[in-house]
Amino acid sequence: MIETRHPDALAAILADGRRKARNTMLNGGLVAVAVVAAFVYAGAFDAGRYVGALSTIAQLTNDSMPPDFSRWPKWGKPLLETLSMSVAGTALGAAFALVCGAVAARNVVRTPWLGGPMRLLLNLLRSIPGLIWGVMFVAAIGFGPLAGILALAAHSTGMLGKFFAETLEHVEPGPGNALRSHGVGHLGVLRFSVLPQILPRLVDVTMYRWEHNLRAATTLGVVGAGGLGLEIITAFHLFEYREASALIIVLLALVSLINLLGARLRARFLGGT
Amino acid sequence: MSIAITIDNLTVHRSGRPVLHDISLHLPAGSITALVGPSGVGKTTLMSTLNGLLSPHGGTVVFDGIGRLDQPRPLREARRRTATVFQDHALIDRLPAIDNVLLGLADTRHPLSPLPWSGAQRRRAAQALDEVGLLDRATARAAQLSGGERQRVGIARALVRRPALLLGDEPFASVDPALAERLAAEFRTLVARNGLTVVLVLHQLSMARSLADRIVGLGGGRVVFDAPAQSFGAADESAVFRTFPDTKEIPCSVN
Repeated sequence: MIETRHPDALAAILADGRRKARNTMLNGGLVAVAVVAAFVYAGAFDAGRYVGALSTIAQLTNDSMPPDFSRWPKWGKPLLETLSMSVAGTALGAAFALVCGAVAARNVVRTPWLGGPMRLLLNLLRSIPGLIWGVMFVAAIGFGPLAGILALAAHSTGMLGKFFAETLEHVEPGPGNALRSHGVGHLGVLRFSVLPQILPRLVDVTMYRWEHNLRAATTLGVVGAGGLGLEIITAFHLFEYREASALIIVLLALVSLINLLGARLRARFLGGT
Repeated sequence: MSIAITIDNLTVHRSGRPVLHDISLHLPAGSITALVGPSGVGKTTLMSTLNGLLSPHGGTVVFDGIGRLDQPRPLREARRRTATVFQDHALIDRLPAIDNVLLGLADTRHPLSPLPWSGAQRRRAAQALDEVGLLDRATARAAQLSGGERQRVGIARALVRRPALLLGDEPFASVDPALAERLAAEFRTLVARNGLTVVLVLHQLSMARSLADRIVGLGGGRVVFDAPAQSFGAADESAVFRTFPDTKEIPCSVN
């Protein structure tokens, strides 16, 4: 026992520690129960479901080997379609997100009746899945990559807008105040203090989103936005598994290429102005 | 070129509460004034009024030959000729030292200009870095610099403006005492070479005595003490002691 002139304070500290330990145990237990319940509900513990799974996967893998690249001259157009969908969709989404994110950031726009609805709009854009956006835009403006671009932009605006707003909220106010004391206006503070501070995060998140959008653009092909996705799903429907696997390898190469490009861009933007 | 400033019956409110009451001071051109006093007496508020971040609720601040700060045109001109050094340096960590110094010239550039900093501006920034002895660290990011180097960059960012009035809000508070002494000595040389009017918030009386020509004590938003630094004697010390009974660090640092 510790000698102290404040036994009550010591007892309170120890009681607080016991309560925190109890809460940690309780919360951990609740999370574990929720996770197990999710597996049970999804039927993950139903052994019957796994019978024959391995042999089917082995069969499918066998059927798609070796990959068949023989139709490659016909892939140029869908490849470019998917790539351009991802580039245009990301750029459009990032541009909207920059404006929406600035309005949503609590330290940039201080009028709550403007920031609140904008945060709600960003939540809405984000909570509608990309595929649903795809179905909606295909219905609205017809088949093709344009519907895909708009679908990607809608979802990207929601996601990037939230990121940008949070990044803006964490900007150091000191350098901006220094500029203000030298007579620099609001726009100048954004340009010379805020932008240099958030640029690496902006580039980083946007590059990550581009990579995500390339995969999303492929999926959008399934609902009518064209591109590589349409080729892959058609190959599957025709049981051309060897061609489908070749297309997936092409997609993998494209994603890796973008990753590489992203890493270089990030490295560049982490240095000076 | 230094500048004289006259503060007349200045009253400033913050969040609806008066922080400065009826302050009157004349700061001659080329003088170095130290503002001392415990936290919350309005030292930073007075600085923020001098650089136009806050506007007075009563009284005037007049820059000699420029005009009153409560009028837009003189305010613009006064700010153009003022530079501030901050306690926490207020640097952008990921930018190189030279780019942080260039930020001192941001008011000379249009915010939407896509052009990079000009060669003349870069030369001017390099010169300012050279003045504080950091030219060899120009391309190092602010985050990689030591506390003393960061403060020197902060001073260079102020000097690059070629100001007439230099404000310093506890400019040596975030470095250790030995380094603070060295920076203060360098600072004095720089100020003398450039012939600036200087106002510094300092919380160490010893530093105020060695750096300033004049020591102004604030208490409860009023001037409670105003004397030349050379004549600052034992009686003044006890006056300061009486004025700031809760601040141990101030009397302790007088030796």
